[in-house]
Amino acid sequence: MSVDTTGGNLLEVRGLTKIFGTLKACDGVDLTIRKGEIHALLGENGAGKSTLVKMLFGSLEPHSGEIRWNGKPVTISSPSVAKKLGIGMVFQHFSLFEALSAAENIALSLADQTPISTIAAKAQALSYSYGLPLDPYSVVGDLSVGERQRIEIIRCLLQTPELVILDEPTSVLTPQEADKLFETLERLRVEGKSILYISHRLEEVKRMCDAATVMRHGKVVAHCDPRQETAASLARMMVGSEVHAVVRAPVEGVERAEALLEIRNLNRKPATPFSVPLRNISLNVRAGEVIGIAGVAGNGQGEFFEAISGEATQPDAGTIRIRGKDAGRLSITGRRLLGAAFVPEERLGHGAAPRMKLSENLLLSRYATDSKAFLGPAGFVKESTIDAATQRIIKDMDVRKSARDPEAAALSGGNLQKFIIGRELDRQPTVMVVNQPTWGVDAGAAAKIRQSLIELARSGSAVLVISQDLDELFEISDAIAVMHNGALSQPLSRTEATLEKIGLLMGGAEPGHVDHGLETA
Amino acid sequence: MLEQILITIATAATPLLIAAIGELVVERSGVLNLGVEGMMVMGAVTGFAVALTTGSPWLGVFAAVIVGALFSLLFGFLTLTLVTNQVATGLALTLLGLGLSGMIGEAFVGQPGIKLSAIYIPGLTDIPFVGRLFFGQDPLFYVSILLTVGVAWFLFRTRAGLTLRSVGDNHGSAHALGINVIGIRYLAVMFGGACAGLAGAFLSLVYTTQWIENMSAGRGWIALALVVFASWRPLRVLAGAYLFGAVSIGQLHAQALGIGIPSQLLSALPYLATIVVLVLISRNRRLTMINTPASLGRPFVPDR
Repeated sequence: MSVDTTGGNLLEVRGLTKIFGTLKACDGVDLTIRKGEIHALLGENGAGKSTLVKMLFGSLEPHSGEIRWNGKPVTISSPSVAKKLGIGMVFQHFSLFEALSAAENIALSLADQTPISTIAAKAQALSYSYGLPLDPYSVVGDLSVGERQRIEIIRCLLQTPELVILDEPTSVLTPQEADKLFETLERLRVEGKSILYISHRLEEVKRMCDAATVMRHGKVVAHCDPRQETAASLARMMVGSEVHAVVRAPVEGVERAEALLEIRNLNRKPATPFSVPLRNISLNVRAGEVIGIAGVAGNGQGEFFEAISGEATQPDAGTIRIRGKDAGRLSITGRRLLGAAFVPEERLGHGAAPRMKLSENLLLSRYATDSKAFLGPAGFVKESTIDAATQRIIKDMDVRKSARDPEAAALSGGNLQKFIIGRELDRQPTVMVVNQPTWGVDAGAAAKIRQSLIELARSGSAVLVISQDLDELFEISDAIAVMHNGALSQPLSRTEATLEKIGLLMGGAEPGHVDHGLETA
Repeated sequence: MLEQILITIATAATPLLIAAIGELVVERSGVLNLGVEGMMVMGAVTGFAVALTTGSPWLGVFAAVIVGALFSLLFGFLTLTLVTNQVATGLALTLLGLGLSGMIGEAFVGQPGIKLSAIYIPGLTDIPFVGRLFFGQDPLFYVSILLTVGVAWFLFRTRAGLTLRSVGDNHGSAHALGINVIGIRYLAVMFGGACAGLAGAFLSLVYTTQWIENMSAGRGWIALALVVFASWRPLRVLAGAYLFGAVSIGQLHAQALGIGIPSQLLSALPYLATIVVLVLISRNRRLTMINTPASLGRPFVPDR
């Protein structure tokens, strides 16, 4: 039978090549995935991982090369062909329909005519059994990134595939959620399913994966057993050189420093019927410190960020104070003019206008704060100054791009994020508020972003980082507060904060919810 | 008297409803076809000409539907296959339709047409007050109601309808799931064209039974506006079309009575009333956002 000829290989890829214009996105890639194996695909952003999996899922057509499925050569001409073979995919850039409910989204990827109510029931049962609770009738547009990822995963599992491709699945999950996912993957492995696992979290890869393929600049540079490697050696293979660990020197006397960002009894009614209200949040961020906000996706972090940035203003001007000035009723521009900078979670469409060039995006966010530098008499745009500033940011943050001044959408996620963060850092803001600074960003870029946030704080600014990535918060924060159901815990200093304590608060354990306002009163 | 007025309202509303329901399906798939007016007037001239030549109004209706669909196929080929700008192509389609129909219809100007006769069901049609309203109208009135209910059911109760909405919401995601975006849009565009053709046939075979150049008289544009103001919901399109019909007929009666309001103001009333009412209906921003096809008018080029 075929088992003999394949030697237990489910998928064999030989010499797969994809060319975009002059760029070889994938150059003669070889990959072998055995049955019942969790196979890691490692590489920096732009290394060609996404291009490779898109070819495996039939979204892209290879120029040359061979794909063998169960030992037989196959042509995967479309995603439906891939699904018929038994390949399921969880996308990094979600392929969900915002105007539809979770159940409808799932129904669309199933070929049969099962009624929506049956699909909803199945999805709900499956989601609870895997510990990824999901309300099948909620509309995707109202859900957080983490909840959307759950839909993607459940949708893929419902198709009972032989090979599951997961693109960065744990980047928005809590440690507990990630553990649940690992249990799920373990269960799938025991059932004889194979998994192609793309992740930047090397510890995770070492813990879970049986084999790894490392890509760099479109080529496979190594096949290895991740359990025999260290995180540092894996990172070296990916990047091609040493990755500098983030350095965070402890700070002295921060408690006596001036509070540059003050939040007093912030309340906010839910903006939509499904979103979370903010409940009496108080917090001070002082000069020189980085405060991290942890929390499970969808506990009000997005609403909190909008309230601070001025996307949602407050009725009482004293609710938010920036550098000692009441800012609660000011718009985003008003708050920026006080010296604050904001980086939202969503890069394309929120942090940057996708179809506009980087220089235009720079002008869009800084025309008010840098009007003297960027605008001439009568509001004429000084293109050369803006171009110089753009190139400076690109150089400082090591943004990799295909043209001198490309459209924002043409950059990979990590590189665009580096540009957006660099755009704000370039102003030397006194207060910096960032939501999910390194979501879906590779190790090298993430280290760069984190280090620059720490350096900004050490130069005397107040930095507030909202993140679902606990490793990141532990790496950069001087104190960590936890958001749960719209309320914020008291910040725990780094000496008090343990992974376990933070994890419990994220799950809604009580003692953290001290009324912070009393202390400062 | 009242029954007569209600029947006139239905006659004024039916062509708007048919054309708007067709365009609603097109827009739900993410395509903006501004050529409704042109397809409608092509349907009107085809329906009239074929009915007169063959003597069968039903053949006229059939031909109008086919010509409307073929005319929209031209739009589909340009915008979906050649990826031209949808707004510009739609406007061109309207201009082409108006010109072409004038040329084809030149020989038919002033000729008496053939009327698609109203149905008659002995007993039911004779019921006082409501008999003619419910059981004695022209067949296309019933078609328009069935179309509305059918489209509502199709869009929100069937898997195919869900697929169509998904293409209109996010064509990139739909493509990634292996849904044939272009194919579905072709079908939706042709359905819209067929409906516009049918609406045109109603004008020349029921409404006036003669051919007049530019006889669609802006109804295609009203249908387009109805779809947007009804926030892409079929039953709201029905409400909007009938409201528009009712106010148009009402203001005609008001003008005839000679009340002291300038006639220009009264003529504007149907447009004003329809917009105000539909804006009020769709003031729930969240629901409106959910119903708005997010990919509307955006060109789609699959990357392979």
